Amino acid sequence: MENGAMKSNLYLYKKKIINLIMLSLSVLAAVISIIPLIFIIYYTVSKGISHLNIDFFIEMPKPVGEPGGGMANAIVGTLIMLGIGGSIGIPVGMSAGIYLSEFGKNKFGNVVRFFADVLSGVPSIVVGVVVYSLVVIPMKQFSALAGGIALGIIMIPTITRTTDEMIKIVPQSLRETALSLGIPKWKTTVSIVLKTAWKGIATGILLALSRAAGETAPLLFTALGNRFWSTSIGQPIASLTVYIYDYAKAPFEDWNNQAWTAALVLIILISILSLLFKIITRSRYNIKQ
Amino acid sequence: MEIKIAVKNLNAFYGKNKVLKNVSIDIPQNKVLAIIGPSGCGKSTFLRCLNRMHEVVGGTVQGSIMLDGEDITRKDPVLVRRRLGMIFQKPNPFPTMSIFDNVAAGLKYNGKTDKKETAEIVEKSLKQAALWDEVKDSLEQSGINLSGGQQQRLCIARTLAIQPEVILMDEPASALDPISTTKIEDLIFELKKNYTIVIVTHNMQQASRVSDFTAFLYMGELIEYDATKKIFTSPELKQTEDYVRGRFG
Amino acid sequence: MKFFKNKNGSIYTSNNLGDIFFEKITGFFAAVVLILVILMAYEMYAGAKPSIEKFGWGFLVSSAWDPVREMFGALPIIYGTIVSSMLALLISVPLSIGVAVFLSEIAPSWLEKPASYLVELLAGIPSVVYGLWGIFVLVPWIRNDVQPFLSQNFGFLPFFQGPPYGFGLLAAVLILSIMILPIIASISRDIIRSVPHDQREAALALGATKWESILIVLKEVKSGILGASMLGLGRAVGETMAVTMVIGNRPLISASLFDPSYTMASAIANEFTEATSDMYISSLIHLALVLFVITIIINALARLLVWSMDRKWKTVR
Repeated sequence: MENGAMKSNLYLYKKKIINLIMLSLSVLAAVISIIPLIFIIYYTVSKGISHLNIDFFIEMPKPVGEPGGGMANAIVGTLIMLGIGGSIGIPVGMSAGIYLSEFGKNKFGNVVRFFADVLSGVPSIVVGVVVYSLVVIPMKQFSALAGGIALGIIMIPTITRTTDEMIKIVPQSLRETALSLGIPKWKTTVSIVLKTAWKGIATGILLALSRAAGETAPLLFTALGNRFWSTSIGQPIASLTVYIYDYAKAPFEDWNNQAWTAALVLIILISILSLLFKIITRSRYNIKQ
Repeated sequence: MEIKIAVKNLNAFYGKNKVLKNVSIDIPQNKVLAIIGPSGCGKSTFLRCLNRMHEVVGGTVQGSIMLDGEDITRKDPVLVRRRLGMIFQKPNPFPTMSIFDNVAAGLKYNGKTDKKETAEIVEKSLKQAALWDEVKDSLEQSGINLSGGQQQRLCIARTLAIQPEVILMDEPASALDPISTTKIEDLIFELKKNYTIVIVTHNMQQASRVSDFTAFLYMGELIEYDATKKIFTSPELKQTEDYVRGRFG
Repeated sequence: MKFFKNKNGSIYTSNNLGDIFFEKITGFFAAVVLILVILMAYEMYAGAKPSIEKFGWGFLVSSAWDPVREMFGALPIIYGTIVSSMLALLISVPLSIGVAVFLSEIAPSWLEKPASYLVELLAGIPSVVYGLWGIFVLVPWIRNDVQPFLSQNFGFLPFFQGPPYGFGLLAAVLILSIMILPIIASISRDIIRSVPHDQREAALALGATKWESILIVLKEVKSGILGASMLGLGRAVGETMAVTMVIGNRPLISASLFDPSYTMASAIANEFTEATSDMYISSLIHLALVLFVITIIINALARLLVWSMDRKWKTVR
């Protein structure tokens, strides 16, 4: 009897020890995973901030050996290509998403959904290769347009899927109410369903835009890069990310430092994008669930 | 007595599932028709067939539904729905719109843009729905912040604003407290002067209080249809009597 | 007698002109998504054709990557891609599961918001910034501390031999692990959360410890976590900038993690603008086609696994 009690005590003890070890390991994993993030943020901010000044935003890059200068052309270039990408990715992605959620409960819808997933898994460098042969070769020219198209293609699947998901969670009763008032389906979708789902969709658009803002690979051989001021969409154009890549590889300390500053500016740009959307999408009425 | 809607041999399906079997009912003008029956008997489906909402959830229909002599199953559902307004079980104001915009929604999206006229119709509808006095100072606020009963009257106002001929009500008071329920019932009494009303309810007392005629549906079939008084005092069929006396269902 | 047709499974049919137009126009854009993928595949196939015709399947098994003689075999590059992403997965998956368990089962609820914010932040940092950090922080650290330590203590193993460049497979593996961790962790967390709460409570009520109840949940969601890992793998295989910046960029098959290596994505990024001959470009596009096909397969498998998880709990509920 006593022996049995001891045995079960021992068993309980063992259980508890294993419990403790495993739970600690899980906490440890969380801590380990956080460390690189802290390091990356720390280095980007501390190294980037030392060369961050107004010149960076309004001056052009200086030749090797001349300190100072900025990346005005790259900031504008990134924004231009985001604009082109957005004006392709947002309408295509949103329309496709609306189709999927409102009409897509059929075979065609499932195929499109699957292809959107496929597209979101395609490495961005592959998109770059395709846009190179589709746009750059026929135009015989690297261009902002090609870069923008590449970014647009990358944005499409994210926007499609979030639009699809966000419209789906709009309660069916809302649609039925609108339809029962004799409002045509398309007006119901545009004025009532989209309006209700707008916040979620905007978040998806923001996500797609900020990811596109950080893309480098698809720009390498579409927009190429440009050391000079250019806002023409038919010409090669600079971008922050390609500058970071080039300047990071360069054997000049000035340029290396500029790369860090560009990285900081890029992350700030991405944060501003998210802040902007949060302000825009703050709806007049809170939707109670 | 004029017939507003004549339903003939109506069959309704969900996929292969037949939920209404050969239902024929004449619905008289400016009266209240109550549809009663146990859950799943097809009473909501019947209501939704009348304004072509059944197909919204993927259902199909056979038979004819004549509204003033025109078969609505052959007409554009959008136009049909403007003539037959619907009130749902749960009050469902549009969450992104103010009280005013809610009532004006049907007008706005049906192409009516004259501001003055819209404002007049909104006021008139809210008055008809007995809500005007409670909300006239807060028209720009969200409809979501009203009480359940107020929300339901807001939905009624929203429906009235598109000036329908028939109002379909799908258990309009089942989610409300007794006082709000009384208000809705009083309202139904007022509304039947101008509208034909079809109300689905599982509440026997409510049916006997508000309706002029009552139809009893069971398992998708119309069992008995007669004046409300008759159904509740001396129905023809034993089955009906058992149901209205609360012996099953 | 009249049937309401329910064509295309659409929830609404109408002869309203606006509605018909609306369905057609949105349907057109939905088709654009589909056409885009097909067009991509076709363009790459067309571009890769000279290389496919010249090298055939030998492209995948030959290790001659020689632009001067115009001989192209992608084996070392494919090898580098597989090894770097698999090793990254090996590091990332256990950590991710730990993080997911921590976030869903252990962490107090107030930590939820900041944690998901951190995950968002990690996923939002551009690849090229990881690469920048890799060049100036990670690589020097590997060169000065990690590699000397490894070769002193484990130098008898073939994996840790050779001069400490810093740039090489090891740096690529580490940076990839950091990059795919938030993806795997956040999807795993969602999947673990999707298990109904009563399962844990049932286990606890039977006298299980917290860990044992977690183990039961983890067993339930095995295939979902596998799917999440596959998504991470897909990302690692296609990851370009950060890898290009630290891997050393040499088509080399070597057992040592200290040696430079190459991945398909980094080879394309690194050589595409420098490729002068048509065959060179064609071979790089050929590489892109292989990468495209591989990532499609990985992602399709991953989605299937994650979807099956979704459906499982939806039917249970």
